[in-house]
Parts: sequence; structure tokens; C-alpha cells
Amino acid sequence: MSHHIIDFRDVRFRYPDGTEALKGISFRITHGESVGIVGANGAGKSTLLQHMNGCLLPSAGEVTIGDLQLTAGTRREIRRKVGVIFQNPDDQLFMPTVFDDVAFGPLNLGMDEAHVRERVESALSRVNGLALRNKPPHHLSAGQKSAVAIAAVMAMEPDILAMDEPAAYLDPRSRRLLIELLKTFRHSKLVASHDLDLILDVCERCIVIRDGRVAADGPSAELLTDGALLEENHLELPLSLQRR
Amino acid sequence: MSFDAAYFDLGRLDRLSYGETVMHRLDPRAKVIATGLFLVTVVSFPKYDVAGLVPFLLFPVLAAALGDIPIGFILRKVLIVSPFAVFVGIFNPLLDTRTVAVVAGLPVSAGWLSFASILAKFALTVSAALLLVATTSFPGVCHALRRLGCPAIFVSQLLFLYRYLFVLAEEAMRIVRARNLRSFGGRGRGASVFARLVGILLIRTLDRAERIYRAMLSRGFAGDLPTLRNSRAGSGDLAFAAATAILLGVFRFLPVTEGIGRFAQGLWS
Repeated sequence: MSHHIIDFRDVRFRYPDGTEALKGISFRITHGESVGIVGANGAGKSTLLQHMNGCLLPSAGEVTIGDLQLTAGTRREIRRKVGVIFQNPDDQLFMPTVFDDVAFGPLNLGMDEAHVRERVESALSRVNGLALRNKPPHHLSAGQKSAVAIAAVMAMEPDILAMDEPAAYLDPRSRRLLIELLKTFRHSKLVASHDLDLILDVCERCIVIRDGRVAADGPSAELLTDGALLEENHLELPLSLQRR
Repeated sequence: MSFDAAYFDLGRLDRLSYGETVMHRLDPRAKVIATGLFLVTVVSFPKYDVAGLVPFLLFPVLAAALGDIPIGFILRKVLIVSPFAVFVGIFNPLLDTRTVAVVAGLPVSAGWLSFASILAKFALTVSAALLLVATTSFPGVCHALRRLGCPAIFVSQLLFLYRYLFVLAEEAMRIVRARNLRSFGGRGRGASVFARLVGILLIRTLDRAERIYRAMLSRGFAGDLPTLRNSRAGSGDLAFAAATAILLGVFRFLPVTEGIGRFAQGLWS
């Protein structure tokens, strides 16, 4: 199944103001892998995720998703395959009701009404959000907004899931539910987060980004127990591994 | 009114629209059409005809009662925007001084009559529009407009306005709070600080707009906001629209006020 492969080859990105956010990043993620992206604030995690579906295009280097190389011409196709969940759910939920929002993606994929309803219901029930469907997003709590944002992307049934700080607004129980939910997603996934416990739980592999470059790439169990490496990257041992 | 109070007041109108009454359950299209007819009929009255407008009070009162909307709330809103209408008509009594009636020994000029008519039309139309919004969810109104032939781009703008009005207000509220917490004794509240706050709000809004647009593109946005049609107009909705239309016609073209007056006189004598 070549279409779930993510391949970054020497990817560089420079913002219009001259800041070079990515300075040559290379990695390859194969089908079904789940990979955590960690690093200090400003290391380039969010910029990297924006490259996953062509919100940003690399200034140099190549991004390949499945068998498609990311260019301005292929990004519409790539967006069907890669679901990106952004950090702030208010940016993600732009339709006036929860139902309309979750239905937005499937409708754009050109599905008929019955299919769309089915998708919406199953996506919402996966995040325990079926009761919210007629509410406007501004009546939801931050945790509910996150859940709906995830459902909205899940409803498109992407091959690859990329998330930026998915647990940022969640209370501990919702966070736990999210972890369980992520574990049920069988395709490739990429999670950028400072929540190292979540990464340890969900991702078997971990990539540490420092200053726009890959600082380390290996099994989460190995990297996230390496105190020296974590400290260099403004991180700490996951709480579950800290002894008091 | 402080910023917070204004924000929560806005939220209240929105909360009211998610009620579950007969009025709320009517198809939004029926309500939009009825409100539109009401507005046109009220505005079509000649400028000295105040008496003819009185029976139209029945509509907002009935709608508020059936929709369980507190009348005081609506009246307060009408009062807040009333200066506009007052300024439109305030010079009529001075310019149009022809005496047209004598009430209790005092001459009433045509200017006062037309001023009263402007105020009455204003109060009726604004309260009708408010009641429409208070008894119909805003997305409902938008979808009704869309299905009644309003251009898609216009409806999309309205939908975004509704979705991000509250987000923007909260953003502004956070900025204002952050300023208030660190400004003491009136310092830090001046116009120059305020101008900078507005600038920051604008920049944040632009950033947000970009992030939203990216989120939309990520989910296959290609210029249209598709939604599923999830309302169906039933016979009740048709009956409502028809009854409103007929009643409006009767109130407009038959001398109802006069009839009621005669009837009352008949009872009296």
C-alpha cells in the first residue's frame, strides 16, 4: 500500500519575512506507522505539519505523499488523503452548526446525502459527540470543540492523519478518550505535541526537531527516556517516567 | 454598557433562538417570508396614517407571546437603536406645521403626525426583525434566504459573520480585560492605547482568517459552502404564511382601526 507513505526529502522552508523555519528535514514514514513530532517552541513542528497537505509548499526539497509529489497542482488530490487537525479548534470549525461542519468535508468529496449523513453520524459517535450535532460551535466547551474538530476530519476518512497539539484544550478524561481514539486509527499518523505521555502512549516512533532540523529519530521508548536529549530540546521526561 | 455586558446581551438573543416553541418550530422560510411581507406592508402606509398602523402591533405581540420571547428584552433593543429614527423625523414637526386635527383643545400639526408614523413604522419593523432572529436560529435564516434565491456568496458571508462574531467578540474581550488588569487610575485607557488595541485585534483577525481559510482548503473547499437541506416546509408552515399574508392584507386595505372604534362606540352607547 504505497499510498500511505510520507516522504520528506531535504525539505526547507523560508517564511516571506526571511525566517528559515525548516532547514533540510528528511524522514520517511511507512504505512500504518504512528509518529510523534516533538521539539521546543519554535522548532518548526507546526510549519512541518503545514507541509503535510500543502498549506505550505517547500522552498526546496521534496514532500511525497503516497505516490504523489506535493506541488501546487497535486495538493487538492493530497488533501483528500491527508487529514490535518489544527491546533485551535475555533479555526477548524467554521460552519454554523456542528452537523454542517462535520458534513463539510464529505460534501466537498461529492458524496450523496445518505452517505454524508452516515459519515457524519459515525464520525460524531466515535468522539462521543452525537448529542452536539445541532449546536453552533460557539456554544461548545473547548473540549467539545476539539472533539468535533477531530470528527470533522475523521468524517473524510483520510489515509493519513496529522495533528498539531491535539490534547491542548482537553481535560484529563477527554485526553484519555482521545488517546484511545487515536489508537483505533489504523492508518499512518503524525502527532506534533508537547504532551510526551500522549506521544509515548500513541506513537511507537518519535522524531525530535531542533531548529528546523531532525535532531533524533527513533523508537519513542528510547528517545523519550533519554533525559539528556530531551533536556537539550527544552523537553522533560514524560511524567509517567519521572520518579518523585 | 460595558463590553462584557454587550457581549452577553448578544449571546442572549442567540440563545433565545434555540428555543422549542411553536414559533421556533415553524420552517424558517415561512418566517422569513412572513417577516418580509410584514415589513413591506408596514412601510407602504402613507406618511400621515398613524391610526392604520396600530393594528399591526398585534403581529409582534403575538409572535413574542407564542415564541416565549420576553417583550421587555425586545423593547430595550428597539430603544437602543431608536435615535436613528428620531433623528430622521425630528424636524418634521418644525417643517410641516399645517394643523390637521385638534385633540383635547391642542392643535396637532401634520409634522407631528408624520413623525409619529415614522416612529411607529420603525418600532414595528425593528421589533419584527428582532423577533425573526429571536425565534429562528441564524443559520436557519441564512439557509432560508439561500433557498429563497439569495446569492450563495452573500449567504456565506452572513454565515461566517455569525460564526466568527462571537469568536471576535471574545478575542476583543480578552484584550480589553488584559488592558484593564494592568491599567491603574485611568492611565492606560486613553485613545492612543485604544487605537493600538484595535490594530492588534485587526492583525489577529487577519491571522485567524488565514488559518480558517487553510482549514477550509484542507477539507476540500472550492468556493461554495455546501450544506444538506434539513428542513421541510409542512402544511402548518404554509398555513402560517398564508394566514399572515391574509391578515396583513386585511389590516392594510380595510379600515380596521375605524371598525374597532365604531364597534367600541356601539358598545358604549
